[in-house]
Amino acid sequence: MLDWLYSLWPGLETSVTLLSLEPPGWGGNLLRGAMNSLIIALGAFALGCLIGIGGALGKLGGGPVTRDLLAVYTTVVRAVPELILILILYYAGTDLLNQALRAFGYRPVEISGLAAGIGVLGVVQGAYATEVLRGAIQSVPRGQLEAARAYGMTRFQTFRRVTAPAMLPLALPGLSNLWLIATKDTALLAIVGFSELTLETRQAAGSTRAYFTFFLAAGALYLIMTLVSGRIFGWIEARFRRGQAGARA
Amino acid sequence: MRDFWQPHRIGLIALALGLCVWAALTMRWDWIPRYAGLGLEGLWRTLWLLGLSLVIGFAMALPLGLAQAAGPVWLAAPARWFCTVIRGTPLLLQIWLIYFGLGSLFPQFPAIRQSELWPYLRQAWPYALLALSLSYAGYEGEVMRGAFKSVPHGQLEAARAFGLGRFAVFRRIWLPQALARALPTLGGETVLQLKATPLVATITVIEIYSVASRVRQDTFIIYEPLLLLALVYMAIAGAIALGFRWLERRFTPGLG
Repeated sequence: MLDWLYSLWPGLETSVTLLSLEPPGWGGNLLRGAMNSLIIALGAFALGCLIGIGGALGKLGGGPVTRDLLAVYTTVVRAVPELILILILYYAGTDLLNQALRAFGYRPVEISGLAAGIGVLGVVQGAYATEVLRGAIQSVPRGQLEAARAYGMTRFQTFRRVTAPAMLPLALPGLSNLWLIATKDTALLAIVGFSELTLETRQAAGSTRAYFTFFLAAGALYLIMTLVSGRIFGWIEARFRRGQAGARA
Repeated sequence: MRDFWQPHRIGLIALALGLCVWAALTMRWDWIPRYAGLGLEGLWRTLWLLGLSLVIGFAMALPLGLAQAAGPVWLAAPARWFCTVIRGTPLLLQIWLIYFGLGSLFPQFPAIRQSELWPYLRQAWPYALLALSLSYAGYEGEVMRGAFKSVPHGQLEAARAFGLGRFAVFRRIWLPQALARALPTLGGETVLQLKATPLVATITVIEIYSVASRVRQDTFIIYEPLLLLALVYMAIAGAIALGFRWLERRFTPGLG
């Protein structure tokens, strides 16, 4: 079926064999790596959003000490390369956890790459998410919050019913950017040896010496991830902006 | 400045200083003199890689942004694709594609092996510089597209009405205004570019990050080099932020 293409472009046939899903080809490994990347990105993004909500509320409504500590957190994380943060948090996190376990009389454990990756990238994402959500929460008109208060809602109810729905359309562009950063930052875990897409690609490329084939294929996979998620975020944004004609961020 | 020195903040600063003193006294820093020379060399390499990639990348970003903002479709479409591909794939993958891919391709051509450039192409840094520049160009092309588009059309028409040529309009009206509008974003992106430089350590370029990894491998000291490294990057990021703040104050007065 593809014979005419192969005759036109001789290298294509080898590339297709190399990328096939069955064992002589490396396509299965690449897809498994992509799956791992996606899981880490999802976990890190979710963790980052949780930290971000806490951080934003702390920055806006916390005491002076909380606010200063959060300022240090967001400044440091945004100024130090992710790679270094990953190494520091990876080593320090494993160390602290094992010391705590030893103190309580448990045996030390080996942290799985998946959990460590999610935890570390989540902390990094949290710093950026704090800033995004803080800006969005701040732009909710004060009158709406006061009205909610006047209706007798508690702080939690106010947040759930008024602040969160009103700030979401404003936060979504920033959050979708963060999600893209999360998918791309998973590649950094290749350096600590976690077998996500980039590391799988490098291993496949290294052992077959077909560098262009594999790196371009992995690039295509990443591109599909970002383009599809861009579409999804656009759709979510359109949904949450309904009834907000003219109210643009 | 008075607002800064509140009681709780003095307490926090004292706490931070205490931590620093504790770290200086109890952690191991005896490796510093041995690696100082290597570290300075690495720092210098990080800085010039950053500086050169900023200049080259930005020089490419201007036409990329202009093509997308005002170019004909046969220029705008490739420019948009370039930016999408660069922004949609991880930099680490791009660096490895360029280094391992081009690096394995070039030696196959005798013409390249015998050329004057070959001594350079055998080293890693040209590939690192190319990857970093392309990446910066991709991100900044997108920023400049928005900046060029945000300059009010009436200003360009007014400039044309004054009899300025197309190039003069670009140089004296369009570019300065677009730059002024893009400056805050560019400042943030430049810090991101700084944070991307340690990735080139994975293709054997010896910059400041790889010096720190080497200390870790040689001496099995884990935290101290990493912490010092974090401080160095924070200092550079702070300098970049200050520099851009100065640029903004100098070049954006009177911008609505």
